[in-house]
Amino acid sequence: MHHTAILFLEFGAIVLALGILGALALRVGISPIPLYLIAGLAFGTGGVLPLATSDDFVGVGAELGVVLLLLTLGLEYNADELVTSLTGNIRAGIVDLVLNAAPGAICALLLGWGPVAAVAMAGVTYATSSGITAKVLSDLGWIGNRETPTVLSLLVFEDLTMAVYLPVLTTLLAGLGFASGAVAVGVALLTVSVVLVVALKFGRFIESFVSSPNNEVLLLKVVGLALLVAGLAQQLNVSAAVGAFLVGIALSGELAEDAQALLAPLRDLFAAVFFVFFGLQTDPAKILPVAGLAALLAVVSMVTKLLTGAYAARRAGIGKAGQARAGIALIPRGEFNIVIAGLAVGAGAHPDLGALAAAYVLILAAFGPLAAKLVQPLITSIAKRS
Amino acid sequence: MEVEQTALPGIGLRHDFTTRKGQRVGVVSHRTGRRDLVIYDADDPDAVCHVVKLNDEEADALAELLGAPRIVQRLNQLHEQVEGLVSVQLPVPDGSPYAGRPMGDARVRTRTSASIVAVVRSGRVFASPGPDFVFAAGDVVVVVGSEDTTAEVAGILADG
Repeated sequence: MHHTAILFLEFGAIVLALGILGALALRVGISPIPLYLIAGLAFGTGGVLPLATSDDFVGVGAELGVVLLLLTLGLEYNADELVTSLTGNIRAGIVDLVLNAAPGAICALLLGWGPVAAVAMAGVTYATSSGITAKVLSDLGWIGNRETPTVLSLLVFEDLTMAVYLPVLTTLLAGLGFASGAVAVGVALLTVSVVLVVALKFGRFIESFVSSPNNEVLLLKVVGLALLVAGLAQQLNVSAAVGAFLVGIALSGELAEDAQALLAPLRDLFAAVFFVFFGLQTDPAKILPVAGLAALLAVVSMVTKLLTGAYAARRAGIGKAGQARAGIALIPRGEFNIVIAGLAVGAGAHPDLGALAAAYVLILAAFGPLAAKLVQPLITSIAKRS
Repeated sequence: MEVEQTALPGIGLRHDFTTRKGQRVGVVSHRTGRRDLVIYDADDPDAVCHVVKLNDEEADALAELLGAPRIVQRLNQLHEQVEGLVSVQLPVPDGSPYAGRPMGDARVRTRTSASIVAVVRSGRVFASPGPDFVFAAGDVVVVVGSEDTTAEVAGILADG
């Protein structure tokens, strides 16, 4: 068969399968991310339906997916919001970081995977999936709740931490020596701060350059700018994802809303491809041996997120029931944990890291929203009794 | 009464307050334009027990229903404050020559120097209507002027 024909057949089959899985997830009321991962496992090496030719193509699609995920995440916030969240909740944010990075880091060290893998695993257990959490809040009618601003500002804090963490991680993964590594981290952090300052002070100049009444022009300009900065960031060892994130932050207001609406379908397509690609790279045979460990890690990090949420909510003067809800809302892990694991695996970290992260996210992306739904009546009844 | 404003990063804004009877209510304004009217739980004051999701049109309708009597009330307060200025609500009666005709035809301001500031139609308020606004029988016209000039407007609406 012709190469293009095989490529289209395979890619078409993948995307169609994702669509069907998405419909299934919608019906059951869970996040589609775990199903996408399972699809990737099925199509990948050692899976039931290994792909012949479209691996490279899916790989590029996955890279695009990461850039678009981070770009749209950046678009959700403007620089002012980031700064206010940072100053108002720094203590809760640090508790979140310490409590939730620890399980992954300790796990990697105990397994003897080395310090770099520990940094990667710290990120895998640390970041709550803002996408899944936002959906949980909306589905359960918790958006108006008084603990919700606390939850949201923790998410903002985490995302901002990611802007610093990702360049550090990519530098460490690049395996540079201590001196050149320190320089690279310094360059990365400097770039991040410069872009943040530029976004705060001169955001409107970038906006006036990008803005256009025509949707097509706007889409091309935003995607072009994001890819350009992502490429530049990658070249500087800052990670393409961070570059795209910063472009998203620099754009705000109506322009950001328009761009978000335009990018959403594109992001949905390529982000789904990214999850599949991660699954493709992971050998399903490796998942089973680490399943018990992943479950243990999931339980531990559920407890640490519950503690984080309760601590942050109590500081904001929220009652017992609200503290529990804040903790539960923070449980889901998803896209960024996979992005982090993907970076680590791509750079040749311990082969089991990918499998462990996949199993871990499979559990928490599926179970997080479910836990919230199950616990909701319990919390209400406790609140009634007291 | 103090209305609290809270930013919801990535979502929008929340305003809420406690009524004199102790019920907490709020409005979540999503960036997408959606508005949620939220009622807080009496047992768990941090939790929302009822959410009413409103689109643009529904939110406008609710605002008008709640706001319409307030506009008239405020006008009444206004005329108490300014001596000689009155605001009256005049009906457009069934047999009015201007029912079904644009407001400009009545030339109210030219003839009486009183001003039509709003028209209330089945609970909806049309604030500062233009000369193209078409009267209907049953409308209530809010007029601001002196005692004499507003009485003249009543005559115009009834008999032409």
